[in-house]
Amino acid sequence: MEITVTVNGDRLTREIEPALLLVHFLRDTLGLTGTHWGCDTSNCGACVVHLDGRPVKSCTTLAASCDGHEIRTIESMEVDGRLDSVQQGFQEEHGLQCGFCTPGMIMTARALLDENPDPSEAEIRTAISGAICRCTGYANIVRAVRWAAEHESAEARR
Amino acid sequence: MATTAAKETPIGYGNMKRKEDARFIRGQGKYLDDIVLPGMLYGAVLRSPYAHARIVSIDTSAALAHPKVHRVITAKDLETLGLAWMPTISYDSQAVLAGDKVRFQGQEVAFVIAEDRYSARDALPMIDVEYDPLPAVVNARKALDPDAPVIRDDKPDQTDNLATPLWEAGDADECERVFAEADIVVERDMIYPRCHPAPLETCGMIADMNPETGQLDIYNGNQAPNLHRTVYAQVAGLPEQKIRVMTNDIGGGFGNKVPVYPGYVCAIVGSIVTGKPVKWVEDRSENLMSTGFARDYIMSGRICAKDGRITGAQVDVIADHGAFDSTAQPSKFPAGFFHVFAGSYDLEAAHCSVKAVYTNKAPGGVAYRCSFRVTEGIFLIERLVGELALKMDVDPTELRMNSFIQPEQFPYENKTGWTYDSGEYEETMREAMRIAGYDELRREQAEKRERGELMGIGVAFFTEVVGAGPKKHMDILGQGMADGCDLRVHGTGKATLSISAQTQGQGHETTFAQIVAEELGISPDDIQVRHGDTDRTPFGLGTYGSRSTPVSGAAAAVAARRVRDKARLIAAGMLETSPDDLVWEKGRWSVRGDPEKGATIDEIAEAAYGEAPLPEGVEGGLDGQSVYDPPNLTYPCGAYICVVDVDPDTAEVKIRRFIAVDDCGTRINPMIVDGQVMGGLAEGVGIALMELISFDEQGNCLNGSMMDYLIPTALECPDWELGATVTPSPHHPIGAKGVGESATNGSPPAIVNAVCDALYQSHGVAHVDMPLNPARVWAAMQGRAEPPQ
Amino acid sequence: MQTPGPIEYERATSVQNAIQLLEKYGPETRLLAGGHSLLPMMKLRLANPERLIDINELDELSYIREAESEVRIGAMTRHRELLESELLATHFPVFIDAEQVIADPPVRNRGTIGGSLAQADAAEDLSAVCSALKANVVIVGSEGERVVSMDDFHIGPYMTAIQDGEILTEIRLPVRPGGGSAHEKVERRAGDWAIVAVSAALWLEGGRIADAGVALSAAGPTTVHATRSEELLRGKEPAEELFAEAGGLASEDCSPIADGRGPVDYKRHLADVLTRRALSRAAERASRLEG
Repeated sequence: MEITVTVNGDRLTREIEPALLLVHFLRDTLGLTGTHWGCDTSNCGACVVHLDGRPVKSCTTLAASCDGHEIRTIESMEVDGRLDSVQQGFQEEHGLQCGFCTPGMIMTARALLDENPDPSEAEIRTAISGAICRCTGYANIVRAVRWAAEHESAEARR
Repeated sequence: MATTAAKETPIGYGNMKRKEDARFIRGQGKYLDDIVLPGMLYGAVLRSPYAHARIVSIDTSAALAHPKVHRVITAKDLETLGLAWMPTISYDSQAVLAGDKVRFQGQEVAFVIAEDRYSARDALPMIDVEYDPLPAVVNARKALDPDAPVIRDDKPDQTDNLATPLWEAGDADECERVFAEADIVVERDMIYPRCHPAPLETCGMIADMNPETGQLDIYNGNQAPNLHRTVYAQVAGLPEQKIRVMTNDIGGGFGNKVPVYPGYVCAIVGSIVTGKPVKWVEDRSENLMSTGFARDYIMSGRICAKDGRITGAQVDVIADHGAFDSTAQPSKFPAGFFHVFAGSYDLEAAHCSVKAVYTNKAPGGVAYRCSFRVTEGIFLIERLVGELALKMDVDPTELRMNSFIQPEQFPYENKTGWTYDSGEYEETMREAMRIAGYDELRREQAEKRERGELMGIGVAFFTEVVGAGPKKHMDILGQGMADGCDLRVHGTGKATLSISAQTQGQGHETTFAQIVAEELGISPDDIQVRHGDTDRTPFGLGTYGSRSTPVSGAAAAVAARRVRDKARLIAAGMLETSPDDLVWEKGRWSVRGDPEKGATIDEIAEAAYGEAPLPEGVEGGLDGQSVYDPPNLTYPCGAYICVVDVDPDTAEVKIRRFIAVDDCGTRINPMIVDGQVMGGLAEGVGIALMELISFDEQGNCLNGSMMDYLIPTALECPDWELGATVTPSPHHPIGAKGVGESATNGSPPAIVNAVCDALYQSHGVAHVDMPLNPARVWAAMQGRAEPPQ
Repeated sequence: MQTPGPIEYERATSVQNAIQLLEKYGPETRLLAGGHSLLPMMKLRLANPERLIDINELDELSYIREAESEVRIGAMTRHRELLESELLATHFPVFIDAEQVIADPPVRNRGTIGGSLAQADAAEDLSAVCSALKANVVIVGSEGERVVSMDDFHIGPYMTAIQDGEILTEIRLPVRPGGGSAHEKVERRAGDWAIVAVSAALWLEGGRIADAGVALSAAGPTTVHATRSEELLRGKEPAEELFAEAGGLASEDCSPIADGRGPVDYKRHLADVLTRRALSRAAERASRLEG
């Protein structure tokens, strides 16, 4: 079957098998390998992307269901050579080690800040509770998101 | 304690942001499943549903009829290549694909090769395997019962389920004497249950055998690329110089990516027989059910004290190794470094015995940041000390400080054969107590107790032994555990450092550059660290057991110092003076007493490649090479304090605070050190409270997905409070000890100690086996604690 | 990662269209809502439908509104929308309690109340919530629509009153004065299924309990409706001792099994403790409303 999806701002049409999961559509069909997968049971959150602006687990979404919808992946976060403040925050605060959970975490955090520009530590921890990190122990990820929040509010004040 | 990166790049040690982050934050990491080669096929493994069964027949015809399936490989096909079985790191053998019998649920039975991953997966249920189930051996304590079925009947001399014979360390007779003279003896059976490193990226490989040239390119995120190349050369009889192992980026290792797995051999064979690249990536349930698990030590221990000091510790262990002995540790140490269980205390006697058994479970045991069974040893001693403190009714920090090895006793030969290099244990302990506000916590606990609130404060102090290791004592599969390093300083003064260590997130591209920067004064931004490609990096045994900094880090420092020494000779020529008249300050040789007259490393590098003649006997270029054979292991230590609140009705355990003070000697990049610690602490939360691989009586694995193998989220972890003391290792070139596994070692006993501290007075709970999930804690509060499984 | 087997896929354009397609293709065809129960099962090959009818585009089933002294929720309303609903926070805070501990935020962006109820996993939280609130559900087929009580809706493990060719469209919650409700859950880790969870609702009139709803998740083969606890509570004044007694009855009347989350005695104990706690909070919320 054919689907037409807007991915990172580009409207694309592709021929797919109906059973194709969104994560594989992005990685294998489109070559956008920044989105990862780490489990079989929708637990780990490595696959989080934005579907119509909301974070969803792309391993538990059919590509077919995304026909006519908008997807945003980690590859869209840097624009014209400028990193998103969430990406910057992760580097500033050592919020990543192996980097495997990082795209999912960044997309989750980006969606959080889009709705809640000044989240508390508890709100951040809740927002990322659907994503597992084995490396960092989470504290620096929380700091990374706070860094981004503060950075964006400073920018907004300017 | 927030450790934010400095704005400037330190020329040497210090906080600096990581160089590798640039690709990861953009989603441009290159992990195994990201790689696509032209013409690549996909493999999938059919696995046994039974824990123990004869294979009656395998019918692959229906799978082969699938339009997108190219091949189906079974044991019969591998037998013709002599690859149906492969050697393990422990000198046992492991089936690549089961032929006669399956010996654990999840064992590899057949390998499908198809056009794409969906077709490969669809073809698996089309393979018809007839099994004749056999009774399964699931309880390690019963594995040696006379009527237990023999699992390894493939081994001609095997008549029981003993995997490795009894291994001992220490002095049992001395223990008898010391225990007899003690004021108090505490005995405790405890289990360190089976858990799993579960890195977020599962294991996989792309094997690409070029049929014309015989070149085998292997893409595989493993922790020891050189060792793997050697194994493939020896096992598959392939020429070593034609095997290239490339790791690229690895999404977490934690020991899970040390072994050679059957899926890897299948992928290689698949590429050989199809003439195309073959990609095999396991799914999460395969990872949890078949790859190297961790721990599973059944321990019977005792500890004693006299005059308020700990005097003796003894333990007997049954180790559950699963169906094949594939534990990974230096060959002379079948129980790894477990015998460091004697701990941080100046004991009069210690003794341990370990015997390993086969069971119908996945093979493994040494993984998950265990530093070769050090996690088991530290858990044992710190839990015994914790219980001893409760029963002696003394403060656990007091008991430890009264018993510590004292600074003047280092280098300290302990009672089980280790020579600890250095430590200031009391200083480290007191720093943790200061950060925690320990006395205030005890006051708060007393007040809460009055109101029936269950607050616990758990203490753990550990001495780790890492950095394996001296060649005379340590090898893996006959390969000495020395690591090489090549440093090339280019004519422009920038450098390339090639190392044998293998990062899986530890930040080597940054920290190793910092090591060289510290020695040579070249900015870390100008030092490219190359790793993970056996064609372009020196030989070494890779990264596990926290050995990168102690071994490879030392190699890098030594190589850099050789460069510095050569630079001195070149500078002497440039400055027309004797090398003995030159003094070094970072980045520059200058004439003693005439500091204006000098040459920077940049200038020396230019001269090294330039047209002007070099001094007599000095060749061109500015390279340094080393192979570092460590004189000893290193002994990082730490003091951890955990504060918990236990709900008196539901028995839920909430970790309120966790204070961790680590001493890993020289801290190359404190931000990265802290990151390693925090990650390990989260793993400890998981191990202590929720992670468990368990089986029913038929050997069915009950935790084969992330729905049942629970890993902590951000909601279960507190905001870690970190501190540090610095006691350099006297024998290490830069005084660094390594820290990668410390926190995973120290945190589980701290957490369990905290829960027992909360429940001992009110409920008489002196011990609960992990995981301390609510049901298990509640059972302990009712006096009905039972070990898991 | 595991992958689903080959399937056919179609999108429903309306509720009626969905019913037509279900009838046309027969029982090997399943509806695809949020997909977070069905797709994992398909990946593990525990469910192998031949065809999926995607109903995610049916905005007509996505609403939370008041009508005829009920709060009515469309079956395609996402968990996240329930969590953020002012209407539910006002009338039925038990929903907010439950949603905070159902799965995790990205899953809540897709999973739906209809999908959760239709999955009928005994450990599923919203089933207990709806049972305690005396909800009715609307099931539509080619014959028309029928309204079914929660007791009649849950037949057994993973079994509901929805027949082949039918679709769950709406959940109806009666609004009565003096109501307060709460959900209590103990889990091994955030996002996990409950070891046991309890939803409780009380309606107070003149300082006495006019009606009560108590239901338990993960405490039996299907949602446990603690009818004896409810009978005990009716007509009495709210009091801690009363709630303790109700908890004792709930503990006796549920039928938990031993599994990885806990043994039977602990689950019965939780049934007791959590019933008490849920009733206590429900009473406190009810009396705040009563003023």
